[in-house]
Amino acid sequence: MPYRRHDSNTQPRSLYPPYRATTERAPRQPLIFLPHTLSEITGPVYGHNQVLEADRDLTRGHPGEPLGERIIVTGRVLDDGGCPLRRTLVEIWQANSAGRYYHQKDDHPAPLDPNFTGAGRALTDLDGRYEFITIKPGAYPWRNHENAWRPAHIHFSLLGPAFTARLVTQMYFPGDPLFPHDPMLQSIPDEEARRRLVSKLDLDATRPEWALAYRFDIVLRGCEATPFEE
Amino acid sequence: MDLIPTASQTVGPFFHLGCTTNHSISCIASPTASGERVRLTCRVLDGVGVAVDDAMIEIWQADSDGNYSHPADPRVQKCDPGCGGFGRLPTDLNGMCVFETIRPGRVPAADGRLQAPHLNVCVFGRGIMKGLQTRAYFAGDQANDECPILALVPEERRATLMARSDPGKPGDWYFDVRLCGQGETVFFDI
Repeated sequence: MPYRRHDSNTQPRSLYPPYRATTERAPRQPLIFLPHTLSEITGPVYGHNQVLEADRDLTRGHPGEPLGERIIVTGRVLDDGGCPLRRTLVEIWQANSAGRYYHQKDDHPAPLDPNFTGAGRALTDLDGRYEFITIKPGAYPWRNHENAWRPAHIHFSLLGPAFTARLVTQMYFPGDPLFPHDPMLQSIPDEEARRRLVSKLDLDATRPEWALAYRFDIVLRGCEATPFEE
Repeated sequence: MDLIPTASQTVGPFFHLGCTTNHSISCIASPTASGERVRLTCRVLDGVGVAVDDAMIEIWQADSDGNYSHPADPRVQKCDPGCGGFGRLPTDLNGMCVFETIRPGRVPAADGRLQAPHLNVCVFGRGIMKGLQTRAYFAGDQANDECPILALVPEERRATLMARSDPGKPGDWYFDVRLCGQGETVFFDI
């Protein structure tokens, strides 16, 4: 059963010169249309035995608490037919509150936080819901062009139900004034599609006296006729 | 309900943190898996031939009988438990990474015709806004001539989808991915 295909304007342009690295790395030949076979509609069922409850709390596992604004990041993972994707692996990584990654290639002169690594993972529940506890990441410079800054973001990776549905994306925070200046976000032609990468403040999920919550729902491609599960 | 899938974004240069520092997989099929052993060296090059040292490669493949370890495959129950089918590695300073696996069996296409043995390969990286999907076939495999998917690829570009063996090192295969420019690898719209 093939997976659905969607308007390409809702996905980023692969060659987008304002994001300089695409000019050396984006294919110039048109992609070859591949009618789906079992190779595309199957995919790795991975990580289920290794994901611990503690993995979704990025503020734990270190000697102390990380610096910065503690936040909850939550949402649902659905297919394009609106069905929740259950027990699907969500992996995230991000900079610390000062805008620095715990990564040897990040030389931004902002402090590392000994209490923050910035990686987490979770499985969605039966309702397709996930929740992370983390620190609001900072913006950081990235040398793409003169005075280039990335808006604060969290990277998301989802394996989904099939290799065709695999998604890597980034979640942004509402109202960031850097959006119009960010080639990565602007590489998506469709304005609504860009807007959907921006999380929303979710007061209902907020824990009073403890942490604000941001909601980020994620939609993966689904089968043309989605079989009803369980 | 009709929803639009979330837009892709690049993995960026720091994906190791979330994807490979603790969660890489080089062994796609364990030593106990049935089938011909393959040690696959992948290499990623950019448009000017420079090794891409910050890419991530994911591989998804069938077992030696062509069964996928996934519920959408009607033969999933027969799938070799030694072949998980999934691999994920970052490239090194030479743009390379090495997977341990087996040559997969033939998997039917939608019309029932058999495809040639292949690995499904997805390349992520800085400057790659959406994971690039390609396939690694085995050069010299007789089934290549009758693969309905390879037949969709212009003949002069099929060579870009071939992993090549080293006659001096049985079991060693090499697959280059050229992201763009001269000899650009065929990428698929899946």
